[in-house]
Amino acid sequence: MSALLAMIRRDLLLVMRRKSEVLTALFFFVVVTSLFPLGIGADTALLRKIAPGVIWVAALLSTLLGLQRMFAADYADGALEQIALSPQPMVLLVSGKMIAHWMVCGLPLVILAPIIGIQFDLDTSSLYILMGTLLLGTPVLSLLGSIGAALTLGVRGGSILMSLLVLPLYIPVLIFGAGAVYANSVGLDTSGHFSLLGALLILALAFVPWVTAAAVKIAIE
Amino acid sequence: MTDTNNFDKNRLVNWFKLSSPSTFYPVAGKLIPLFWVLTAIFGLAGLWVSFFVAPVDAVQGQGYRIIFIHVPASWMSMFIYLVMAAWAGLGLIFNTRLSAMMAQALAPIGAWMAFLSLWTGAFWGKPMWGAWWVWDARLTSELILLFLYLGFIALQASIDNPRRADKAGAILALVGVVNVPIIYFSVKWWNTLHQGASVSLTKAPAMAQTMLLGMLLMALCFWMYTIAVGLMRVRAIILEREAHTDWVRQLDEVKV
Amino acid sequence: MWNSPAEFFAMGGYALYVWCSFGVCLAVLLFEPLSIRARNKAIIRRLKQEQLAEQFDKEGSQ
Repeated sequence: MSALLAMIRRDLLLVMRRKSEVLTALFFFVVVTSLFPLGIGADTALLRKIAPGVIWVAALLSTLLGLQRMFAADYADGALEQIALSPQPMVLLVSGKMIAHWMVCGLPLVILAPIIGIQFDLDTSSLYILMGTLLLGTPVLSLLGSIGAALTLGVRGGSILMSLLVLPLYIPVLIFGAGAVYANSVGLDTSGHFSLLGALLILALAFVPWVTAAAVKIAIE
Repeated sequence: MTDTNNFDKNRLVNWFKLSSPSTFYPVAGKLIPLFWVLTAIFGLAGLWVSFFVAPVDAVQGQGYRIIFIHVPASWMSMFIYLVMAAWAGLGLIFNTRLSAMMAQALAPIGAWMAFLSLWTGAFWGKPMWGAWWVWDARLTSELILLFLYLGFIALQASIDNPRRADKAGAILALVGVVNVPIIYFSVKWWNTLHQGASVSLTKAPAMAQTMLLGMLLMALCFWMYTIAVGLMRVRAIILEREAHTDWVRQLDEVKV
Repeated sequence: MWNSPAEFFAMGGYALYVWCSFGVCLAVLLFEPLSIRARNKAIIRRLKQEQLAEQFDKEGSQ
């Protein structure tokens, strides 16, 4: 357990020293969501309709940007091998990295999203639903993305490749997350969406750390 | 007692012998013509049923005959993904090179099957429902399956070290296999929620016995084709990856 | 079922869609084995060239 916390602390410390990397990913989120009204037009009814999808897709893309940081720097300077060689179980250390990534890339999205939602004229209850779905969904994004990050370590063109590998896996989260906000805006019940998102989160927590640990080991050897 | 032990040991040895590329290569070579013959037989039978036995559909006219390649291609694209993931998984567990090579050989065929399913789906949808593409649950899932195939092929192509490529691809394929039902279910949910195009390409005309027979025959044709082309491609992969071993240099076609 | 070859090719007005589908299918099913054969020929040619080069080296150094 202390290994997990130590790993989280280490990654957070590294991020604090290079705040710009994280802030650029969040800035990307804001910029991308602003592009859609500029491209489509300022019709509020239309914006309200596309808001869940746009915000969620922007969240997916900015999570992908942040994922490149998860293993790449440690892989490049050899720290990842040391981590793999340590007596602590690899699964715990990898999980620590995922949690740190979520705290840095996912959690800020949950806080930023309502502000963007207001820009798109979403009503208050939809804003709450949006925050809730992002709260449940962004950990799944960090988890699933870590698999792609580990598989493409050190590969030429790895970051684009990782995006292509991971985006199809993100689709269920996108559907349920954006779907919940849309359903709320037309007055439908959202409990089904939330329970499915919860189920995805539990499934991901149960399996992904072991898969990512195996993928990291393959990349190192 | 010892006799049965010997028999078992012989069988075990023989099976694992086949898992070495050098013994598999000639065996595959002999099997390939057989599967091409089977492909031709099932193909001709299937086409005969599709065009000359299956009756005209009351609603869709002659255009529905596209179903005889659309549905088999869809079935095959999903089936090949399962088989590919199974081979990749076996390669990961038993650390056998040949299983991973089989997975690598099957991926492009599966991708082409997914593409054919999408193409024929578009050409079926246009006359029937007026649009080249509808975000129907089946078609959308098929599109995502194509992305999964392309991701697998791209990953294996970008990693230089062949053993690392095998194992990384295996993990991706296994993760994909688990995700395919989840993705299909979520796309179905999305489709019903948004009530978009109320058309569904899955609402095929009521199945007459002959239509089902035609689809089964074409599916068998595609299956035999898959095995034939899979064996051909795995032979090419074996040659490429085992290029500097003795047995390759001694092959008739390579020996100078 | 078909009264004439012309009727068969017309496919009740759906000729474009039916034949484009079957045609592309046939094209793909032919393209794959042909491309694998080309790949096979290329690798065998390369291996033969390597063996020739080695023989050359051996004869040259003798």
